[in-house]
Amino acid sequence: MAAISFSGVKKRYQKNDVIHGVDVEIEAGEFVVILGPSGCGKSTLLRMIAGLEEISDGTIAIDGKVVNELEPRERGCAMVFQNYALYPHMSVRQNIGYALKVAGMPKAEREAKVLKVAKSVSLEPYLDRKPGELSGGQRQRVAMARAMVREPKVFLFDEPFSNLDAKLRVAMRAEVRNLHRSLGVTSVFVTHDQTEAMTLADRLIVMNSGFVEQVGKPSEVYHHPASLFVADFIGSPAMNLVRGFFGEDGYFRHGKGGMLNLPGLAKAHLSREVSIGIRPELVRRVDAGHQDAIAAVVDYTEELGASRLIYARADGSPIIAIDSGNDALGTGMPIHFAMSEGDVHVFDHTSGRRIDHEGRPVRATDSVSA
Amino acid sequence: MIERSPFFNLVTYAAMVLGLLVVLVPFWIVIVAGSQSLQEVSRVPIVLWPSSHLWENIQAAWARADLGPKMINSLIVASGVTFGKILLASISAFAIVFFDFKARMVCFWMIFITLMLPLEVRIVPTYAIAANALLPFQVVLDTLGITGLVEAVSSVRIGLEWNLLNSYTGLILPLVATATGTFLYRQFFMTIPDELIEASKMDGASPIRFFFDVLLPLSRTNMLALATIMFVSSWNQYLWPLLITTDRTNYGTVVMQLKALIPTQNGTPDWNVTMAGALIIMLPPLLIVALMQRWFVRGLITRDK
Repeated sequence: MAAISFSGVKKRYQKNDVIHGVDVEIEAGEFVVILGPSGCGKSTLLRMIAGLEEISDGTIAIDGKVVNELEPRERGCAMVFQNYALYPHMSVRQNIGYALKVAGMPKAEREAKVLKVAKSVSLEPYLDRKPGELSGGQRQRVAMARAMVREPKVFLFDEPFSNLDAKLRVAMRAEVRNLHRSLGVTSVFVTHDQTEAMTLADRLIVMNSGFVEQVGKPSEVYHHPASLFVADFIGSPAMNLVRGFFGEDGYFRHGKGGMLNLPGLAKAHLSREVSIGIRPELVRRVDAGHQDAIAAVVDYTEELGASRLIYARADGSPIIAIDSGNDALGTGMPIHFAMSEGDVHVFDHTSGRRIDHEGRPVRATDSVSA
Repeated sequence: MIERSPFFNLVTYAAMVLGLLVVLVPFWIVIVAGSQSLQEVSRVPIVLWPSSHLWENIQAAWARADLGPKMINSLIVASGVTFGKILLASISAFAIVFFDFKARMVCFWMIFITLMLPLEVRIVPTYAIAANALLPFQVVLDTLGITGLVEAVSSVRIGLEWNLLNSYTGLILPLVATATGTFLYRQFFMTIPDELIEASKMDGASPIRFFFDVLLPLSRTNMLALATIMFVSSWNQYLWPLLITTDRTNYGTVVMQLKALIPTQNGTPDWNVTMAGALIIMLPPLLIVALMQRWFVRGLITRDK
């Protein structure tokens, strides 16, 4: 087990910065997921921990020891690659044992270890097969066994499930979770799949175009997104975001003359252009007579089985709500919504940062208690 | 061209048969002539049917050209060149593909350009180097004035000399560099996914370990294909061995001995013995190709997964 700490970590290719200074502490034994869209620098960050990419600026320390200048083999990390990266000419047994062989471990000891690890991921019957003769899930398990056998201080996963089908992905997710529970090794997992991220992570690092947008527990990230990007990126369907500004009278003005009565929020946000956001599941359907009812027009609905999504439009601003009713809703029908002030998030439109109720911007690493 | 009609089949078969004839008829003549007696082979017009004297002709050719020791020489030289070529080609391609150094494209193109410089073109300088392999160093020392300096100080004259004439080293070393092989290896190495290299880095393997444990086993089919071509081509070398060996009894190769088998101007025109000798001499590469053809084809066309 080892803690990993990043301070001012940057990555520069020629003159372009692709990672703009990451300062994050990963605690020993933690399972951290780095989440972000493709090209956000998440894999690069992971490969910098592994030692496969040079660190242009700042330091990465594993277990208190700065590893910038260490070779990959000296860092005590094991990595599971996206395309498995198994040696095609070696049997499963040789693949798993290769790192030990390189390290010069005697054959008998090596064999025993390989067998033990293979057992733990139920690969025993396949030890003498070549990777080409295995299914995707089995190959993935070989890749994991290969990482486990070295008893590393840190596990690194680089989008390991992106080549698996949906069902297998769920199964492998559970396996990784169990593995982490039983070994307790610090793990860093990179993915662009938010379900994977939410279910696996002790803590999430959300990245966007080389910046860390937010660091926090999955529930924190979901319920208290620290920036517009996080609000929009996490959650499906995405959070309702509406751009506008607060007036002295306590109303939020948006779209084509839309007015929302949010007196509790208005005070702190008077002077700037903001976006307000609310999760679709917190948008309630109400009767037309309800106080502060928001009148909208239905665009269309999507049936999900247990519930449905209502896509509507209120004064020109789109709004999505999750609804459990089953009355007929056709395009163009009037509908009314309401929301509680406490569920509404406010973001500075220019900086994209969340603004707390005292009007101060929230930083990426601030912990927001739920 | 996937069209298949009886007429089209006929045309393709005809073309193939024609090609086969062009290739096989000279062989047939060699076999026929090699099996005939002196009288039969001298008859006009020539008889295109084999006779019964093949064994005696082979014995005569073997004795006349001293093929036993020459065969061993040829084997040593051809295997040495093949081995050297593969070693050099794979290790230089390894350097060019997997190491990011400034001059790597320059190095690659310099190797590649030597495709345009076959042995025949550079034979004089190559011979000069073979006569004294340390000559370039001597030249460097001379031009820098170091030789003169040392001579003035210690009255010892530096004279570097490493003569490769009449030696296996001389027969093998100048033929070892191969642009074709390097290129083939480079193309293969470039298909190796980066993740495999990274995985081996994570496993703690050094570059040379990666080379031996991962790259060489993966390139086995390529290696065998290359070995086949290289063995045949170095077996067939004629000019270079002829030039570098003056001591033909000890260092002659079989292909050089073809010359000894050709009837002299005023001697007996026993072409039957010559042909029998030619048969013996082309047998080893033929066997190699026959044995390796499965790997050969696979290595040049696809790579196994």
